Amino acid sequence: MCLAFPMKIINKDGHSATVEAGGVSREISLRLIEDAGVGDYVLVHAGFAIETIDEHEAQETLKLMEQIALLQEDDEIR
Amino acid sequence: MKFVDEFRNVDVARELSGKIEQTMAHLGRPVCLMEVCGTHTMSIYRHGIKTILPSSIKLLSGPGCPVCVTPNSYLDQAIAFSRLDDVIVTTFGDMLNVPGSSATLAGERAAGHDIRTVYSPLDALALAQRNPDKKVIFLAVGFETTSPTIAGTLLESQELSISNFFVSCAHKLIPPAMKLLVQDPELQIDGFICPAHVSAIIGSDAYEFLARDYGIPCVITGFEPLDILQGIWMLLQQILNSSPRVETQYSRVVKKKGNTTALRLLAEVFEKTDAAWRGLGIVPESGLSLAKGYKRFDAGSVFQIACEEEREHPGCRCGEVIKGKREPETCGLFRIVCTPLAPVGPCMVSPEGTCAAHYKYGTD
Repeated sequence: MCLAFPMKIINKDGHSATVEAGGVSREISLRLIEDAGVGDYVLVHAGFAIETIDEHEAQETLKLMEQIALLQEDDEIR
Repeated sequence: MKFVDEFRNVDVARELSGKIEQTMAHLGRPVCLMEVCGTHTMSIYRHGIKTILPSSIKLLSGPGCPVCVTPNSYLDQAIAFSRLDDVIVTTFGDMLNVPGSSATLAGERAAGHDIRTVYSPLDALALAQRNPDKKVIFLAVGFETTSPTIAGTLLESQELSISNFFVSCAHKLIPPAMKLLVQDPELQIDGFICPAHVSAIIGSDAYEFLARDYGIPCVITGFEPLDILQGIWMLLQQILNSSPRVETQYSRVVKKKGNTTALRLLAEVFEKTDAAWRGLGIVPESGLSLAKGYKRFDAGSVFQIACEEEREHPGCRCGEVIKGKREPETCGLFRIVCTPLAPVGPCMVSPEGTCAAHYKYGTD
């Protein structure tokens, strides 16, 4: 039930916004996040954006995964 | 970046599972990790995560499906609401087929009662606006991810002066249930895969007591397969180094203090209350009821109805499955009389239920 989809804000009007993902667009409420703007990716759950997705943090997470993959066996037990 | 495909890279998944295997070899003992979110449960099965993990890692599913932990009495009340004149009951789709003591909402709808599935509580509010001669009741079920959307809808209802919209509130809070699980001597949990979107609202600080007071490693983990593998690897590092703490793998969404706007709305509209969980019983301060200024939305107070006495199938073991004490295959009803088409218990009905996941994707 806690499923939420990353969608991009393409239009904003007060508490409402139009978001889009994979060619699907819909109206949502921005009441739960005050600072999201056009172009931001937000997580959409039950018709509300519940949080903005931080692209920098996403890139950092992917980088960290690559670093884990490169860890040598000795590194891990230190 | 679309924040989905990047976290499904097969090559990285292979590398991460190799590292998990190496860590388990260093650790030299089996571990038991619990996820407390139904969306994790389904993602773990859908992406075959269990098949690429060493057999020494046991993944348990906890009480993470809001439908599964909702007691029969709530369903019985919802069914009674639907039998009232001039009432439209609105619900998220996964509640429709959950058996109450002797009926389901789907069955009541087939019998002619007005029960409608909505995607958002705002859709239910719009329905109330379009039907001023009807009373629209929304079945407000869900964890901290969902409850702010109900709070937002009630504020909207007030602003639009809509007086025929009501909610039947059964919202639950995840941290109190986790506390109950770590206090259970029958369950030996080595670490929690903490929920992704519940944590987007409540923040990572909400789990600190688990690491500090109970020494349980916690990693807030995203729902994509690479997220889950990395989250498991992070938990194993904590276990290996005997350094339990709260870490956030899903840092692209989850902050330390959570979504403060949503938390402020929750505090405005709801107050904490003791709540009944299927399988766990009454858990102190683990639910939300409407706060003083919002009681007029409370369907339970506005509509005085008589409900039948709560009954459960004597063979149903959902209560134990929810606590991670029993695998679905050890329930005598599983696959034989309890199937997704004819579910007996809620864990088979909800698409995020543990029994439904085992039925659909098989077991280890």
